[in-house]
Amino acid sequence: MAEEFLRIEKLVKTFGGNAVVKGVDLGFDKGEFVTLLGPSGCGKTTILRMIAGFERPDSGRIVVEGKDISGLNPNQRKIGMVFQAYALFPNMNVADNIGFGLKIAGMARDQREARVEEMLKLIGLAGYGKRYPFELSGGQQQRVALARALAPSPRMLLLDEPLSALDAKIRVSLREQIREIQRELGITTVFVTHDQEEALSISDRIVVLNAGNVEQFGKPFDIYNRPQTRFVATFVGTLNTLNGTVADAGAKTVTLGGSTVTIPALPATARNGEAVALTMRPEAVSLANGAARDIVLDGRVAEVSFLGSVIRLKVDLGGNAISLDTFNDQRTPPPAHGSQVRVGIASSDVLVLGN
Amino acid sequence: MRRGQAWAWVVFGLGALYFLLPLIATFIFSLSIRKSGYTFDAYANVLADPRFQSTLGYSLFIGLCTIVVGILIVVPAAYYVRLRAPKLRPIIEFITLLPLIIPAIVLVFGYIRLYNSSSLLPLTSSFVGTGILLTFAYVALGLPYMYRAVDTGLRTIDVQTLTEAANILGANQMTILARVIFPNIIVAVLSGAFLTLAIVIGEFTIASLLNQPAFGVYMQNVGANRAFEPAALAVISFIITWGAMGMIQLLSRFAPKTARKD
Amino acid sequence: MTTVHPTAEPSAGPVQTGPVVLRGRGRNFLAGIRLGDLLAVAPFVLFAVMFLLLPMSYLVMQAFQAPDGSFTLDNLANLGTPKTIDSFLISIRVSGTSALLGALFGLLIALAIIRGKLPEGIRSTVMTFSGVASNFAGIPLAFAFLATLGRLGLLTIILKTVFGFDLYRAGFNLLSFWGLTLTYLYFQIPLMVLIIAPAIDGLKREWSEAASTLGATKWQFWRYVGLPVLWPNLLGTLSLLFANAFGAIATAYALTGSTLNIVPVLLYAQIQGDVLGNRGLGAALALGMVIITALANVIYLVVRTRAERWLK
Ligand SMILES: Nc1ncnc2c1ncn2[C@@H]1O[C@H](COP(=O)(O)OP(=O)(O)OP(=O)(O)O)[C@@H](O)[C@H]1O
Ligand SMILES: [Mg+2]
Repeated sequence: MAEEFLRIEKLVKTFGGNAVVKGVDLGFDKGEFVTLLGPSGCGKTTILRMIAGFERPDSGRIVVEGKDISGLNPNQRKIGMVFQAYALFPNMNVADNIGFGLKIAGMARDQREARVEEMLKLIGLAGYGKRYPFELSGGQQQRVALARALAPSPRMLLLDEPLSALDAKIRVSLREQIREIQRELGITTVFVTHDQEEALSISDRIVVLNAGNVEQFGKPFDIYNRPQTRFVATFVGTLNTLNGTVADAGAKTVTLGGSTVTIPALPATARNGEAVALTMRPEAVSLANGAARDIVLDGRVAEVSFLGSVIRLKVDLGGNAISLDTFNDQRTPPPAHGSQVRVGIASSDVLVLGN
Repeated sequence: MRRGQAWAWVVFGLGALYFLLPLIATFIFSLSIRKSGYTFDAYANVLADPRFQSTLGYSLFIGLCTIVVGILIVVPAAYYVRLRAPKLRPIIEFITLLPLIIPAIVLVFGYIRLYNSSSLLPLTSSFVGTGILLTFAYVALGLPYMYRAVDTGLRTIDVQTLTEAANILGANQMTILARVIFPNIIVAVLSGAFLTLAIVIGEFTIASLLNQPAFGVYMQNVGANRAFEPAALAVISFIITWGAMGMIQLLSRFAPKTARKD
Repeated sequence: MTTVHPTAEPSAGPVQTGPVVLRGRGRNFLAGIRLGDLLAVAPFVLFAVMFLLLPMSYLVMQAFQAPDGSFTLDNLANLGTPKTIDSFLISIRVSGTSALLGALFGLLIALAIIRGKLPEGIRSTVMTFSGVASNFAGIPLAFAFLATLGRLGLLTIILKTVFGFDLYRAGFNLLSFWGLTLTYLYFQIPLMVLIIAPAIDGLKREWSEAASTLGATKWQFWRYVGLPVLWPNLLGTLSLLFANAFGAIATAYALTGSTLNIVPVLLYAQIQGDVLGNRGLGAALALGMVIITALANVIYLVVRTRAERWLK
């Protein structure tokens, strides 16, 4: 796969006998926005720092545009980086911060000033050049840090949780801005976060990491709708689990709360009489039933949470509990707490996940 | 992997050489009073000298007085500035730093001129008076360190809340300071105290110009007349200094770990 | 002596804040605080006036006073003798050199123990040792160096007998400018380490990482970011080290007696012969010393204010 822009091969890193990255293989395309998503301590930062060159891999290769860069120092890699805590140089004003990389590269002063102006416009901070970092808000500082990283036109951009020090509103608007700028420049970007919503909303593709291993690598749509492991399914979004028993593996039927249903996703390896966990997203469950919703279960409403445009119900199915989302309807109030309801699930939406 | 970078080892090694050589050499030198073989005779001579004991005792006594007076002067002021007059802080801090700018010899010169036997407050005309003057001079020498230590201690506790809580319970200012604040900063105060002691114990300039029978003056005297005893005295001084600083290290383990608020 | 226990009894009585009832509490409360505050700072203010400000002002005054009490500039003019000028120059050279070298080596050592990835434990050992060594000054320090590098010092002898190298033949003399500087470094370097270490800790790792992703070498990082950020601290410490050495006398006195005429030694002699000597001249000498240490600090303050823009 020579056309991949960045390829990570069998990357391994241990800290004092503690394996943090355990043989990661990944390939990113040029201009792609990829997010590394995973719980705290899973090795996201470590992978990013190996790409940047701050950590040496124990083994494995990092290949950019066909060349192994593992032996290069960080300052030879032409990779821009944005840090969680901004890391602006406190002794330089905004313009000098942004122009730092250009100055190091030996660009002439007037060219440099023009480029800095251009970058200031790009991040929407024209006229802020003379300010010092301490005179800026967190969001503004992070934009300057972004401009500083982008000014020397690096071939790749790395961002390590750049938004987590900011408050919720700014986090959303800045992530949109980052994505916009990234599209405009077409720069290959690796973004690290542990916020699944953030990852789903801005990425071309997402790498879900767990304890130093890649769990799944794919588009946000697939990660959410077709999680390949239980970890991915539970880490990204909410998941319902119903416990059933395999009735007939050949016919792909499962006994669930007294009734027998057909589950197309039942793997061929299933054995008759075996316990099986059926999982589905809350939005795959509805209060309506019909041709498409071929699994019908009766239960009692245990909890009603009004979330605005969506209402989330928790329904007790006698042994199993299930969460479901219905859209708010101004004319029909949601079922009351304790009332009997019937829920419908399309068997084609049901996933059977191995552990 | 903390194997260390080569340059760091080189710097560390050269530094160790510069700092340890004089100590080792001095120690060996102090043992070499006999033509052949090493003995502790120089130490025996020094320790048996009644003037050693009396001057060291005197310096220790003045040191203790310095600490007590220093605490009484610094703690209430630092507390007050933290609590009620943060605006005065730069001024107070500037004053506490003055002794770093004004050389000790200039300071004592001023004292001698101001408090001599023909002045309004003739402190230098009696032994006790001169001792008091020496004590205040040492308080001045230790002021920058004492103030810093106390201020750091106050910063780690929540002075405001502690004071208000005590106030609500009906305590007056003195009680609050003595019973609530002081016990909480005792570790910091003691660090300042030991630092002061380390500075004061072998001090020469002021004691000599005030004609006091202090340890530093005694050491200078021995240095002018003997060959090997001075080395022994240097080793003893180093151990005393080490002891005082070691106490600070030890104390820092007991420092309160309360979160600061400001 | 009222100043000895100024905070003890007198304040206990009147500061009753009377928390018994709420009635009138506000007024009493405030009144109590005022008096308490006064008593809290009184000892400090009294001390500062009596033992710092008054003696200093008195000396300054005397520096401009003729023996008959009239105003004169003669005392300052008398500082212009070659001997006095010489001793000021030597003092400035010794203090300046030992401050610069102390700052340089101290910075290097601090960098080595903080950023050199040395094994755990080295840092705290060096810091503790620095605390001790920075206070190991004065007479015993002179003794230690005499025992080591004096004419009969152990190292001098070993170099001569074992390695056949005669230090003193080669031009070294402990009782000289370089000898004194070398001795002063023993407390200057550790002082630098103690003061600059927290400042180096304040340099964030991300700054150097950001610089290197932008193409900067280690050296370029120090040139454009590390040293400029440390600069106000470095300068402040430098002026402190300078003042520290400039006022030091015990080491020099015990080491060189009066062979090396640094200003404090001159002043020391002047004070001892005060009864006979010219009163104004001594005061002028003292004033000169203070002016120089104060000047060093003013330079520091000016640079610091200029850096204040980003120093937060
Ligand atoms: N320099 C280091 N020395 C020792 N252990 C380290 C080092 N850097 C990281 N680790 C360990 O490696 C593991 C992975 O760390 P990493 O920083 O990559 O996690 P992360 O996925 O970025 O987590 P977070 O979301 O909390 O930032 C953690 O257990 C961490 O303690
Ligand atoms: Mg991380």
